[in-house]
Formats: sequence, structure tokens, C-alpha cells
Amino acid sequence: MANKMKEVDAVIVGLGWTGGILAKELTEAGLKVVALERGGMRSTANDYSVPQVRDELRYVQRHDLMQNTAKDTLTIRNNPSQEALPMRRLGSFLPGEAVGGSGVHWSGHTWRWTDMEFKVRSLYEDRYGKDYIPADMTIQDWGITYAELEPYYDKFEYMAGVSGKAGNIRGQIQPGGNPFEAPRARDYPLPPLSTVLASQMFSEAAKNHGYHPFPRPSANASRAYTNPDGARFGACQYCGFCQRFGCEANAKGSPHITVIPIAMRNPNFELRTHAWVTKVLMDSSGKRVTGVTYTNVLNGEEFEQPAAMVLLCAYAINNVHLMLLSGIGQPYDPVTQKGIIGKNYCCQTGAGANLFFEGRNFNPFISAGGTNATIDDFNLNWDFDRGKHGFVGGYTIGSGFNSALPIGYRPVPRGTPSWGKEWKAATAKWYQTAMNIGSSGSVMANRYNYYDLDPTYRNAFGLPLMRMTFDYKENEHKIGRHAAELINDIAKSMNPTTFTPATARTEPWTVVPYQSTHNTGGTIMGTNPKNSAVNKYLQSWDCHNLFLIGANVFVHNAANNPTGPVGALAYWTADAIKNRYMKNPGPLVSA
Amino acid sequence: MKNDVLDRRAFLKRAVVGGAVAVIVPQPQTAPAQQGAPAPAQQVAPPPVQQAAPALSPASVAYSYLNLEEQAFVETLVDHMVPADALSPKGTDIGINTYIDRALAGGWGKGERLYMQGPWKLGVPSQGYQLPLTPAELYRAGIAAANAFCVKTYGKSFDKITESQREEFLLGLQAGKVTFENGPPARVFFTTMYQTVMEGMFSDPIYGGNRNKAGWKIIGFPGVIAVHYQNVEKFRDKKYTTDPLSIADMS
Repeated sequence: MANKMKEVDAVIVGLGWTGGILAKELTEAGLKVVALERGGMRSTANDYSVPQVRDELRYVQRHDLMQNTAKDTLTIRNNPSQEALPMRRLGSFLPGEAVGGSGVHWSGHTWRWTDMEFKVRSLYEDRYGKDYIPADMTIQDWGITYAELEPYYDKFEYMAGVSGKAGNIRGQIQPGGNPFEAPRARDYPLPPLSTVLASQMFSEAAKNHGYHPFPRPSANASRAYTNPDGARFGACQYCGFCQRFGCEANAKGSPHITVIPIAMRNPNFELRTHAWVTKVLMDSSGKRVTGVTYTNVLNGEEFEQPAAMVLLCAYAINNVHLMLLSGIGQPYDPVTQKGIIGKNYCCQTGAGANLFFEGRNFNPFISAGGTNATIDDFNLNWDFDRGKHGFVGGYTIGSGFNSALPIGYRPVPRGTPSWGKEWKAATAKWYQTAMNIGSSGSVMANRYNYYDLDPTYRNAFGLPLMRMTFDYKENEHKIGRHAAELINDIAKSMNPTTFTPATARTEPWTVVPYQSTHNTGGTIMGTNPKNSAVNKYLQSWDCHNLFLIGANVFVHNAANNPTGPVGALAYWTADAIKNRYMKNPGPLVSA
Repeated sequence: MKNDVLDRRAFLKRAVVGGAVAVIVPQPQTAPAQQGAPAPAQQVAPPPVQQAAPALSPASVAYSYLNLEEQAFVETLVDHMVPADALSPKGTDIGINTYIDRALAGGWGKGERLYMQGPWKLGVPSQGYQLPLTPAELYRAGIAAANAFCVKTYGKSFDKITESQREEFLLGLQAGKVTFENGPPARVFFTTMYQTVMEGMFSDPIYGGNRNKAGWKIIGFPGVIAVHYQNVEKFRDKKYTTDPLSIADMS
């Protein structure tokens, strides 16, 4: 029998970026909030200080900040005819597990997704006709607009200390920025990071091709910064240990140095760490949730936390898992295409080339998480005619370094032996004289890419694991081929001593090696309960006092990293709750 | 085969007692304040030629997981993959064998983050690691199977065959041409083994490998450098040379 706790106004499940933002905003609005985080407390001073944090083996190879798959993981398969097997250790994607979540170990790349995503179906149908979109590509308009989100992107960028160069301020194209970005009200809070040689060389080559390179916007503070909430950032030290690491300089915009400490100083807030939520509870009507059950993983004790409002703010995958475990909404079935929970799971795709330049010094260990140059000519640029190539979506191309550490990063030309004197000599020769050019491509939703509960395997609590069914489809292969060709054209024009060309990936998606922690979908947003799990305020259609906040609401996956829209949607939802829902609890959009 | 291994261990001990005692030369520490500001002459200087490889110290070959057969296998493996030359001492002299032994004896080797519930099926490659073995168990089973293969093919265990036979065997293992009867999948064993050799060469010396930061020195990786704010522009397309720092150096 679970111990029943005193009811609170809101319970937050998971304390990373979205949980932190909601915790700060709602406690400031006077709500009593409890956050339940399955991981432990970690802080910059105690956990991310030099020299201990400079440990590639611990943080990159051994996943010290990540979800422990011995306790909870997913089963994986490429299509419904395969038998799913457990992902026994992490590989392809890396959900964080601690106070701060994946916002501690991310690289900081912060993009604005635009109406190119939010109106994806109508844009492509208007331009190319209804038949252009394949029958099994289950994309749809999101029910939200860029104009609605713009102020919230702005708020997130200023809070997280994003360094960048605007390309479009209120419709005026800005030299040096991304000319394809949607209009923004003002520039980034911080100037761009210093460029490294690789990004300079790439930019020059891209310009010669007529493309439009710009510095990648990134929450790595290019100089010391105090955000509008008073949180203080140090300047980025280009230490080379960014992705997978906490930042010892407090230069990487992260929830544990911004929104979470502010919430924690508020008497309305209580954080319980090591609190693993196993179920969201519904009342007998099935139209309201009443709270959650959780286990204190330090002693196994089970608790019920009643709450007037439940906010799921765990990693995107775990939010969907909790919905399926709780039996809220109808699980998606790819055969009948009925049901919605679990639908439209997407990840990302990419291609890359290694370029080797005798005599150059790239110093790959001197870099921030976002010292890259990027082109958006094949992504946000709607003038780029996809019709000739037959795909929906696009890709960015970029170059630079991010945590180019020696266990994992030792580029050598093709044909180099894997060990011995020749290997050693090549490793010595090329570590500092190589650079890469890579693409990041969108993944459109597909009928057969989805989540459900695994019939066989269970987690440490005896609950069914989530089952992920995913593979790249022809649309992604087309994007990959186009990207590989472009990358190789740019690479050749740079006259490297030698280079390993990019190739389009056509083999099945695999759980190893690392690809990207950009898992989206499963409880998608939309215009009505038939086509979505949540409305545009991320409010459950089934239970109006349940909000699902994270990339789990994305209808498909864009080429750009998801944290910008995740953060913006968290602020947008917080405003909807504060300004509308609290005054009149009920559906914010009538079904 | 066992006797061969025991003979080898006995020989090694005699060699140590007989005078080939290691001289551990501590690496001079670089004060953090000096890092990142090497003298101009250092920027263009070629990498320093390595001293003659120091012999093994008795402490450096204390094992906590590997048995004698496995020790012989791993020592032979790391010296084959990382031979001594002008760039670095050989694998055992930079402690890669010690790294592997400790990694297998520790939490990772014991499968601390590995989902270890059945049912067990091999699945397809895209589903990743599916063996009912911890890394330490995989190493043990893999070495036994590898030695059995070598005895069957070459008449001797891995540590006793010729260098060219070893090369042929390892290339076959990597390419999936070598298979183990009743053993773990040979390529999965190879992948784990190769990964640990690289970890032992390039991880922080705190874990027992990369002794004297020899792996980092090969490539010019500076290690635990905290600040490069000034260096981005200063060293853009310029050689950045410094004595690498480890966690212990900074602690």
C-alpha cells in the first residue's frame, strides 16, 4: 500500500529543461509544486569540477550522466515483423538521468523550428500536390505557428545564454547570420563563439559554392553573462569536453544553473530525488488525473503523490512510456492505424566526410559545443526545390568540432590498418590535421515507426519495457543521398590531401553507435483528439489536468536539434497554465 | 598450453628479479598557469623522441581479474597492437594490460549498466549487444575460444604463435572470418577487445593505462586542459604543443 502524500497543485515528473522551466514559472505564480526526479542531485561545484570532469572514459564511454539500462531500457526492432530485443546498453541515443537531465550533457545547439515544420503537410501539398506525400508518411500540421512561439523562443534563448548571429530581425536580413531563418524580434543575447579553423575553411568553401554559412547558435556563452533571471554564466573556455559533460565554467546553458536553483529557492517548491514515477493515476471518469505513484529508489518504499495537475517532463521517450504504462489514451496500432499514444516516433539521420590536410593544424581539442559553421540552404530554404529530388524535409551541413576526444575520435584515411606501427603513425599524423563535414537530416513520421509496450521484457519495477519500432524509409535515403553528394562536392573543392567521402546511409537503423539524442514523437500535438494526444498547449485531450512537455509532442523530426522548440514550448505551456488554465481549469482548446 | 603460460610467467619473474627492474620516471608536472603558452620554439619543435621503453615494474603486472592464460593473451595482444617504436613504448609498457585487467575487474566488467534479463536471442546486428555475458565473462570465454582456435590452426596458443600468425588471426577475427565453435560470437569478442585496447591507450592514466600519457603524446592531445579561451584565435592553424596533463597531475 502506497504512502499517500499531501495533495499539491502540480506534480512535475522529471527535472531537466522542461521540468525546471515549469517548476520556476509555476512556483512564481504561487502554485505548490513537487518535482519527482528519478536520478540524484548533481551540481557544478560538486560534480562537474576540473579535473574530475575531464574524463572521457567515465562520461563518454561509460555514460556516467545517462540513464542506467540495467534498470530501465527499451526493446528495439526495425519493423513490426521483427522480434524486438532489449537495448542492453546505451548507444544510439543517451537520455540523461540526474537533476538537470539531458540539459546537463547536451552541446547547446539551439535552433528555432519554423512553419516549415509546423505547417509541413499543407506547405508540401500546396506546392507539390497531395500525391507528393507518400501514403505511409503520417505527417500533419502541428496546430501551432512560428509567430505564436517567437516570444517563447526568445525567452528560452535569453535564459539559456545562446551565442549566435541573427539572420533576420523583423524581416531585415542581417549579414553574417542565417538568411533563411524566420524573423526574430531581436538578436541573440550573446555574440557568436570564436570560429575554429575547420569552420572557417568550410565557410569559405560553402560561400564559393553560393551557399550561406553562419555560426551555429549555441548555448555556450561566448562571454560572461547574467541572464534576465539573474543566473550568472562564465565565459566558454573552449575546453573540448562539452557533449556528454557537465560544464565546470557554468558557460553552457543548463537547467541546473538557471531555472532549477531559482525554483529551489522558492518555498512553494519541493524536489524529491531518487523518486521513480511508475504510473499516472486517473479518476473513475477517465477525464482527470489525480496524481502519480512513485518509488523511492533508495529504500523501495512506494508513495502516492496526489496533485491537481500532472506535468510529464521526463525525457521524451519516458513521457510516452509513462502514458502507455498508465493506460491514458488509446495506444497506436500501425495495422489499423487507430489509437494515438506511441504514434510518429522519429529520430534523425546524417552523413559525413573526413577531410585530411597535411600541414594544417585544426587543434580539435580547442572547441566549444557549438563552434561550428552551418548552412541551411537545403533545410529552411523553401526556394530549394525538393520536387526534383522527391523528398519531404531537408538537412543542414556543418563543420567544426565537438568533444573530439581521443578514445572516440581518431580519424585516419581509408585503408589504414586498425593497429600496429602503421596505424600508430597514421593516428599521430592525422589527429590534428583532419576535419569533417557532416549533415543532419530530418526524419518524417511513418506509419510503421512507433512505440508500444513490449510483450516480453520488463524493467527493474517489473513493468513492461517500451518497444521502439523504427527504420529509415525511402524519404530519408533520398535526403541522405542528396546530402552526401553536396558534402562531397564541398569537400573536393577544398583540395584536401585525401578525404573519406560521405555516403548515404541505406542500412537499417541500429542501436550502435551514437547517432543523436533527438528522439521525438509518441504523444503528438495537433488540432483535434482524433489526430493527436495533446492540443497546442501540450494539454492531454483525454485528461485536461495532464500536460506532456517535451519532444514527445513533435509530430515529426526536423533537421535541426530539438532543444530550442522544446524550451520554447515549455515556456508557452507555462504561460497557458498560468494565464488561462489556473483561472478556469478545463480544456484550453475545445475538442 | 597451460604449462607454456606458466613457463612464461616464471620467466618473467626471473627477468624482473634478474635485474630488469623498472625505473619509473615521474613525468614532470606542468603548472596549470603555464599551459597553453608554450615558447615559440616549442611550437615548431618535432615531438620529442621517446626514451627507451622502461621495463615492466613488478607493481605494474599485478592482476586482479585475468588468470595466467588470460594475462599471457592480453600482454601479447597489447604488445602486438601497440608495438614499441619512436612514437611510443609498447602496450604493456604503457599499461594497457593493466587497464584491461582493472576494467574487467571493476563495475563495467561486471556489467553494472548492462540489462541482463532474458530471454536471450542473438537478434540482428542493428539490435546491438545481446549476449548473456558481462564484459569480463565475454573476455574470459573469448580468450579461451581464441586460444583453442589458435592451437587448432597453428598448433600453439595465441601468445606462442609467430607475429605473422597473430596478425593473420586478428585480421580474421576483425573481418568475421574466424569463428568460435561453441564460444561467443568471435566478432563481438573482437569488438570488445579492440575497444578496451583503445581505451587503455587513450583514457586518463588514472585507470592504469596510457602510462606517462604516452597515448596522448602520440597525437598531441593536451589532456585535462581547463582553459582555451585565449587559444582559439592564438593557435588557429598553429601547432599547439604542451606536456599533457592528467587528472592526477591536476589533483
